[in-house]
Amino acid sequence: MSNNILEINNLSVSYGGIKAVKGVTIEVPEGSIVTLIGANGAGKSTILRTICGLEKTKTGSIKFLGEEILGKPANYIVAKGITLVPEGRCIFPNLTVLENLKIGAYLRKDSIEDDINYVFSLFPRLREREWQLAGTLSGGEQQMLAVGRALMAKPKLLMMDEPSLGLAPLIVKDIFSIIKTINDRSITVLLIEQNANMALQVADIAYVLETGSVTMTGKGRELLEDERIKEAYLGKKKQ
Amino acid sequence: MIGKLFSTCLPYILSGISVGGQYALIAIGYTMVYGILRLINFAHGDIFMVAGLIMVYSNVALTPLFMNMGLSAGSAFIVSIISSVVIVLVLTVILGLTIEKAAYRPLRNAPRMSVMISAIGVSYLIQNAAIYITGGLAKPYPASGAAMPWLSDQITIGSTSIKRVTVITPILTILLVVALVLLIKKTKIGMAMRAVSKDFRTSRLMGIEVNNVISVTFFIGSFLAAVGSLLYFTNYASVTPTSGAMPGLKAFVAAVFGGIGSVPGAVVGAFIIGICENILKGLDNILSTAGVFKDGFTFGFATFSDAFTFILLIVILCVKPTGLFGEKNTDKV
Repeated sequence: MSNNILEINNLSVSYGGIKAVKGVTIEVPEGSIVTLIGANGAGKSTILRTICGLEKTKTGSIKFLGEEILGKPANYIVAKGITLVPEGRCIFPNLTVLENLKIGAYLRKDSIEDDINYVFSLFPRLREREWQLAGTLSGGEQQMLAVGRALMAKPKLLMMDEPSLGLAPLIVKDIFSIIKTINDRSITVLLIEQNANMALQVADIAYVLETGSVTMTGKGRELLEDERIKEAYLGKKKQ
Repeated sequence: MIGKLFSTCLPYILSGISVGGQYALIAIGYTMVYGILRLINFAHGDIFMVAGLIMVYSNVALTPLFMNMGLSAGSAFIVSIISSVVIVLVLTVILGLTIEKAAYRPLRNAPRMSVMISAIGVSYLIQNAAIYITGGLAKPYPASGAAMPWLSDQITIGSTSIKRVTVITPILTILLVVALVLLIKKTKIGMAMRAVSKDFRTSRLMGIEVNNVISVTFFIGSFLAAVGSLLYFTNYASVTPTSGAMPGLKAFVAAVFGGIGSVPGAVVGAFIIGICENILKGLDNILSTAGVFKDGFTFGFATFSDAFTFILLIVILCVKPTGLFGEKNTDKV
């Protein structure tokens, strides 16, 4: 398969002797939306952080556009075209909204004017608050800013860690429709969600993670209909 | 009467502003490192002292060198001082960066207390190395006294005659501080510094190399300490291995007073402490002139000028631990 933008092969990550990820293999086709669903502690966030170069491990391989990126520093990986919208937003509260966007483009040397305007067109609320300190934004606005900031690096692969966490249902809908819009601009999306229902609806491919291993994989819509998934993640009682 | 009182106060206020400027240049190093690493860099006062020693040794070594090159004694001294200034700035910055790399960077993921202990260790290491090199003797500072032709010249303001360095110091300080604030507020590296001070991990996700940003912080801190050292020791006769302790401590108090982590806070705190200290030094004289103290009575306020700074520290920590401009959520150290 040469049209995979990201190929994770047999990846294991441990924290002080405890294996958080145990031999996970995941393929992300170019231009798709892929989601990893699973309960707390399944190892989802660890996988994303390892792709970004924030966690170190020696076992397994992560290939981005055919190049091995495991063990490379975070700034190298960002420059290659992978960005992460971290869990809990993590916008810089002491920087203005505009500065948060600019810092997303930290490694870029070209003009970023068009991209700022693009982000503002996706999230008009941010334009209104351009000069405000990001710490004063509401939770939903901060999530928009975090997504906008990640887009500023002009990523080929955008990864999102629990974008719906702690947000009102209406805002969650907005965020997911934005994910679709971003994906239409041929940006590949790798999404982690506990809100399995929403995630499976937008995803082309889904992986189910349980305690560090992939237990199921399939098309998003198919998994949505799967009895085991319904029972474990969508809150449907056994008949 | 008022005029006489004013002319009595003026020299104390002027030298207070000058000393305040010197404290400010040191205090910025404390406050910036704290802002990014949440570390009180105890070695900072000693970096300041080493800058003084570098000046001493560099000048002693260079003056005969330039004389051998055929310059007259006078001009050899001036050329030597100027090149020594450059050497002081460069070597002090290198020292600051080396300390960060050797003593703090390996402890990046260690508990904060470990880094702090490392900083105290570095401080003692530098002091003892200085004792070893100087033999514990006070080294005469080349730029002090009549020898230094321009900075030590007497100039007259109103009826007061003071050294030129007294006027230069606050002006230079303000210029450097304005440049620094612009750097932090307007440039890309400044933006990265502010980001890193909040969140290392997310900064890495933006592609910022956190270690480089920390190095820039130490670069700026050491550079300003070197400038402060040049201005400070010009007023004193000599440098000893413990010369850095007192100004370092006072600059630290200034940083806490202004709100540690805030650059403008450190500067304001430093000027307030410098001026108060010097007014206290002259308070007997001023009160006699004002007619409060009669018949040559004195109280000896000057004795308390150092104590004042530390009483101030205790009062701030009790009343407003975050200082004048400090962030609300400062962690305890």
